[in-house]
Amino acid sequence: MATTISFKLNGERVRLKADEDRKLLWVLRTELGQTGTKYGCGRGSCGACVVLVDDRPIRSCMTRFGSVRGKEIVTIEGLAKGGELHPLQNAFMEHDALQCGFCTPGMILNAYGLLRSNREPSREDITRGMDRNLCRCGAHTRIIDAIETAAAELRNGKPTT
Amino acid sequence: MSATDERTLEFQISEPAQVLVAQPQSRREFLKRFGGGIAIFVTFGGNLGVLEKAEAQGQSGVPTDFNAFLRIGEDGRVTCMTGKIEMGQGPITSLAQMMADEIDVPYERVDMVMGDTDLCPWDRGTWGSLTTRAFGPVLRAAAAEARAVLLEIASEKLRVPVSRLEAKDGLIFDRKNERKRITYGELAKGRPIARHLTVKPELKDVSQFRIMGQPKLRRDSLEKVTGKAKYAADIRLPGMLYAKILRPPAHGAKLKHAETSGARKVDGVRLVEDGDFIATLHELPDVAEDALARIDAKFAVPPATVNDENIHGHLARVAPGGDVAEEGGNLAKGRKLATRTVETTFFDGYVAHAPMETHAALARIEDGKCTVWASTQNPFGARDKIARAIRFSPDKVRVITPFVGGGFGGKTSNTQAVEAARLAKAVGRPVQVMRTREEEFFYDTFRPAAVVHIRSGIDSSGRMTFWDYEVLFAGERGADHFYEIPHHRTTVRPRGWSGGRGAHPFATGAWRAPANNTNTFARESQISAMAAAAGADPIEFRLKHLKDPRMIRVLKAAAKRFAWTPAATPSKRGYGVACGIDAGTYVAAIAEVAVDASSGEVEVKRVLSAQEMGIVVNPQGATIQMEGCITMGLGYALSEEVHFRGGQILDTNFHRYEIPRFSTLPKIETLLVEANDIAPQGGGEPAIVVMGAVVANAIHDATGARLKRMPMTPARVKAAMQEA
Repeated sequence: MATTISFKLNGERVRLKADEDRKLLWVLRTELGQTGTKYGCGRGSCGACVVLVDDRPIRSCMTRFGSVRGKEIVTIEGLAKGGELHPLQNAFMEHDALQCGFCTPGMILNAYGLLRSNREPSREDITRGMDRNLCRCGAHTRIIDAIETAAAELRNGKPTT
Repeated sequence: MSATDERTLEFQISEPAQVLVAQPQSRREFLKRFGGGIAIFVTFGGNLGVLEKAEAQGQSGVPTDFNAFLRIGEDGRVTCMTGKIEMGQGPITSLAQMMADEIDVPYERVDMVMGDTDLCPWDRGTWGSLTTRAFGPVLRAAAAEARAVLLEIASEKLRVPVSRLEAKDGLIFDRKNERKRITYGELAKGRPIARHLTVKPELKDVSQFRIMGQPKLRRDSLEKVTGKAKYAADIRLPGMLYAKILRPPAHGAKLKHAETSGARKVDGVRLVEDGDFIATLHELPDVAEDALARIDAKFAVPPATVNDENIHGHLARVAPGGDVAEEGGNLAKGRKLATRTVETTFFDGYVAHAPMETHAALARIEDGKCTVWASTQNPFGARDKIARAIRFSPDKVRVITPFVGGGFGGKTSNTQAVEAARLAKAVGRPVQVMRTREEEFFYDTFRPAAVVHIRSGIDSSGRMTFWDYEVLFAGERGADHFYEIPHHRTTVRPRGWSGGRGAHPFATGAWRAPANNTNTFARESQISAMAAAAGADPIEFRLKHLKDPRMIRVLKAAAKRFAWTPAATPSKRGYGVACGIDAGTYVAAIAEVAVDASSGEVEVKRVLSAQEMGIVVNPQGATIQMEGCITMGLGYALSEEVHFRGGQILDTNFHRYEIPRFSTLPKIETLLVEANDIAPQGGGEPAIVVMGAVVANAIHDATGARLKRMPMTPARVKAAMQEA
């Protein structure tokens, strides 16, 4: 049943009427226009649809819209703050950690969650933490490099290259 | 320009040139569309090679008067229009480097407009690693000619002979009086200038390169890390509907009956029924999908006779007669000279493209013109196919290619674009078709299953005396060998990779370096098996049979970087080597593996790939393509295989079809071998062709077991070890 739900999206208050049982992915991509959130598999196997809900990465293709009531959603469009890119976004650019770019939003937001729970991850930690995010172009080692760079920057407050 | 046009053109680097909807492909129309500035049309004569051949084959819409187009704006920016598309492999960067270098403007001042059939000259498609080696010379020639035109106009304006003028960074000045100068932007001001040139390429020498040869980061990454990059399914138009289409459970199944009343009850849904083409449409994609699930459809499914286990026997039975691709010497004589003969049959399964972006398209029909945003590798092919399907003239169809989320040869048939156009015509509103992952696997044009049979022999001195090679269904590319073997024959059955009637239970097609992956797996496995039979080191054995200096150089470079020490194989070290040629580029790879004897699990620990590709336009981009090839190649080598029962595809999502992951990747090393005396060659595919053999040879070196079938799953490795 369609219900009106309030939540925050990329820092802004939103009220939206939609069926609570629909998947968050489609609500984000359609009614909310957040097309940076990608459909890749529809069953939580690839990670292209990862967004942050209350600062934690979730797979929006497996998440009920009704579950975000009162919560804060951040999509890739909302990660840069005040015109300033997040260190992960900068690091992905510096390392050319992408090719076709389709998995990139999910990679970056999943990495955000990884760094939130582990400020100083080893390469093995990153590999484990990113393993359920798929990339077909083969940017993997560059993605790991980028996450290491961003982790260092987040710890030190300045870029280390 | 409408708001929607603006939005969809966001992938361009700067503001797009003015977009008018008009007839494509005549010089007059191009000029009208682009207004001021200097427009350069180039008809490229001379050795255009592959591209020219394609055009000569009379494909529809091939321009007869020009094949490259660029514009110098009053702001001094240079816009390059090309029918090539960006699917991740980086031409948006490397083509801009070529353009900037030849026309002498700063790299940042070049804009790329790609894959728009109304704005760009005709192009056959983005595949075959042809963008750099075949289109590159055209583009560079166009830029070089444009520079000559600018010098000419500057000479008139400055009243200085051309011979005294120099062009640099978008500026032309008098060498004797540098204060006499004029910018490209100033030259472009005023009355529009159009020049049509017929040129032979007189391109800069490598020693004159300032931008080519420099490693450049991708130009499109800001859009891609911020979510601004638009892919076909991200385009939104007012009033658009999302369509879901009824699909059969198996290839070859026929719709008997469809009860659609349940779907019609869904609020806001629209149905299109046109024979067995049935679609539900809604303003919300997931509601359209729910409605589709309410259609009760009965299909007649043909009996399944083939499956992934018996397919090779079937292929051997139905293969067409042999077509000798290449032969030399006398096989019978070669056989007599052999003291040891090795005969092996190799098998390859079906492999999916599995790009992260599924096929998508949005079609709009307005004022008799159909515009389709499509994820495609060949926008012009899409345009013509759509035009035929909806009975429009091709000039009333425009295909725009936004960013493409991976292609690998799989986005060439454009059926999703045709479906979107048909539905848009039927309902009178813009319609998006985006495949589900299940549809993506089902309708993929897989890399074909194939069989390769090789007989070869060595004499008592360890030299190969004969080579008899026969490939079934993989295709011809890469079937030739490059070793010095006096008596040899290569037979291909058939030459292409599309099978033919009765061969495959579903569509097959080009998959990154088509045919060459299977052929190189077989050839290089056999060569290492011959080295083992000769008791020789596999690299020394290869060098002993090589004469081609390019291959010798790249193999030696790989061995040196790997710090290879010669040893007879199997050496128990788990080292494998493989060589290959693809798209004019030479590759040699060395891998190190460890094999768990109890489980058959293969851990690839290290892969080094050396590549000689002639002049390298963007070393950064070339390196990244090699990394991508190594990664993707490990997938088909170790885990990727489509399981099926007749026309029913059993692996339809990523939980069953296992592509490479972070945790399965080895240490990857790449090496570009400099060869500035050779024209630029292909880069998007070559490094992938060696990955099957390099892993198979490393497994053999570790265990003594020869893997003859890809993918080399733990079960197959274990079985081979028990046999060895």
